[in-house]
Amino acid sequence: MFEVFRKGIRLKDECETNIETFSDMRKYGILFIFFLILFFAAAIAMIMGAYEISFTDVYATILANLGLYGDVSTVSKLHNTIIWNIRLPRILLSITVGAALASSGAVFQGCFRNPLVEPYILGVSSGAAFGAALGIVYPSVFSSVQISAFIFGSLAVLAAYTLARTRGQTPIVTLILGGVIIGSIFSALVSLLKYMANDSALREIVFWLMGGFDYATWQDVFVTVPIVFVSFLIMWMYSWKLNILSMGDEEAKALGVNPEKSKLVIITIATLVTAVAVSTVGIIAWVGLMMPHAARMILGPDNRFVIPSAAMLGSIYLIVCDTMARTLTTSEIPVGIITSIVGAPYLCYLLRNKGRSLLG
Amino acid sequence: MLKVKNIHFNYGSSKILNDLSFNVEEGQLCGLFGPNGCGKTTLFKCCMNFLKYHMGSVVMDGVDIKDCSIEDMAKIVAYVPQEHKPPFPYLVKEVVLMGRTPHLGGFFGISRDDKEKAWNALELLDIAHLANQPYNQLSGGQRQMVLIARAIAQETRIIFLDEPTSALDFSNQMRIWDLMRKVKDQGITILACSHDPNHVSWFCDKVVVMNRSGILCQGPPHDVITESVLNDVYQDMCAVKSLDGIKMVLPRSVSNRVW
Repeated sequence: MFEVFRKGIRLKDECETNIETFSDMRKYGILFIFFLILFFAAAIAMIMGAYEISFTDVYATILANLGLYGDVSTVSKLHNTIIWNIRLPRILLSITVGAALASSGAVFQGCFRNPLVEPYILGVSSGAAFGAALGIVYPSVFSSVQISAFIFGSLAVLAAYTLARTRGQTPIVTLILGGVIIGSIFSALVSLLKYMANDSALREIVFWLMGGFDYATWQDVFVTVPIVFVSFLIMWMYSWKLNILSMGDEEAKALGVNPEKSKLVIITIATLVTAVAVSTVGIIAWVGLMMPHAARMILGPDNRFVIPSAAMLGSIYLIVCDTMARTLTTSEIPVGIITSIVGAPYLCYLLRNKGRSLLG
Repeated sequence: MLKVKNIHFNYGSSKILNDLSFNVEEGQLCGLFGPNGCGKTTLFKCCMNFLKYHMGSVVMDGVDIKDCSIEDMAKIVAYVPQEHKPPFPYLVKEVVLMGRTPHLGGFFGISRDDKEKAWNALELLDIAHLANQPYNQLSGGQRQMVLIARAIAQETRIIFLDEPTSALDFSNQMRIWDLMRKVKDQGITILACSHDPNHVSWFCDKVVVMNRSGILCQGPPHDVITESVLNDVYQDMCAVKSLDGIKMVLPRSVSNRVW
């Protein structure tokens, strides 16, 4: 026990021995607390809104619609529309999109071995923006803005990846450069479309680019939730390998992880969820960059915990921001604006105070 | 345990490795010695399958690594890179646990057994008190020891170390070499490259001496770390003296000085 003070380094807990050092119970506990916060944030967000409805009415409506208690026909039509068809899908979509962006952000940061990477790094956002703008300006050709956004978002990443691939390898630097090149091409094309668009289409493009949940429908929920959920599970499954990958390609190989294969799988999945999220609600900044950092600050860098906690923090953050977006003023504020305004100071704080310990 | 036979490798048109062969027996600590730029690291990377050699064969533990998958390789040989800083502040225990990766199964798959083995590796190297420290805030010597612990946790019969002592101070260098002897005594075969002739002659069971044209000679350090070999490698600037029967390699400018 006297060895404790050897070399001036103190053990945190003198009684801690052997295998207890490796215990993860505390971290699972924190994950559970995040889950509780997420649940209550969603529950409170349901009650808040421009149109005031009491707590009991809100939950009576939900229970009736779920067929658990009461009957939908007895609930007021107005309440039913607001609660069941507007607020609930909107909150569910915030949860899904927040989880999607934050977990794919964690994945991209691990893969690229860079804590300042966000899910849009490979050009998915500018590709999706171009797709959406095309759909808005030429509605007769591209009937669905969402599908067009998704196609071009994926196309952009595919192009960046192809551009970066040389001799069977995809070095990170060229991959990021590829993303920058493709991103700038699509941004230029979006500008071109804006220039050509008429006033109402221009307005719609600008609004789409800022991102928002105001058009959320049950259909969006049914499309995004399963995709995001399954992708999230796959990313979580790969989280230990992601730890290894963040040590570098050669070490990954020496530890039995095929870096090319694993990276291809998880980058594809992370891109897929990002594209789904972006095409559904537009470009929402910061969540994918910030939440993995917050998760790492609380739980440490082990991706087995970073990915689920970042996902939940992302959901909580978007619920809060979206609730602010729809309640702060009488009209809607695009949620992208709020996430940036709230997010930037947080990142400044990280940079000034935690920069050393967080970024090594 | 490790048989390298007639290996050839070139980057583009420049030949790096030209027809190299050597063997390492089970439980030996073998030093790969040579000046900078002679291809030690390239040879290492070919043996680890990081680089695909063009001709020849590498057989480890009876397995030809040519058609060995990355997953299977990791069960045969562990690799200790030069100490480095990862971008994320993983804790020492997490870094060591990474060594268990080739043996994991299931969703996360980290069992009690894996944690125990990681802990034992920490204890063997006497660094258990560092378990909860962030790896990238340790000193260079400590980081190197953590990486060796990780290789031990990997439970392979062969460990490769890439210049394990090159960035360390004297006491840490000696500590790492002593550690390698300790690991070797557990029956693990070690191949370590180094560019210090004294280190390989003091600590290794076998030394493979390389220069730019290939392998110069190989054998027990007593036979290969000689004045003629060293002067071949380092262009006539070494003297080998004996101090109580222990060989010391000195630069000639020092040994010729009148004290």
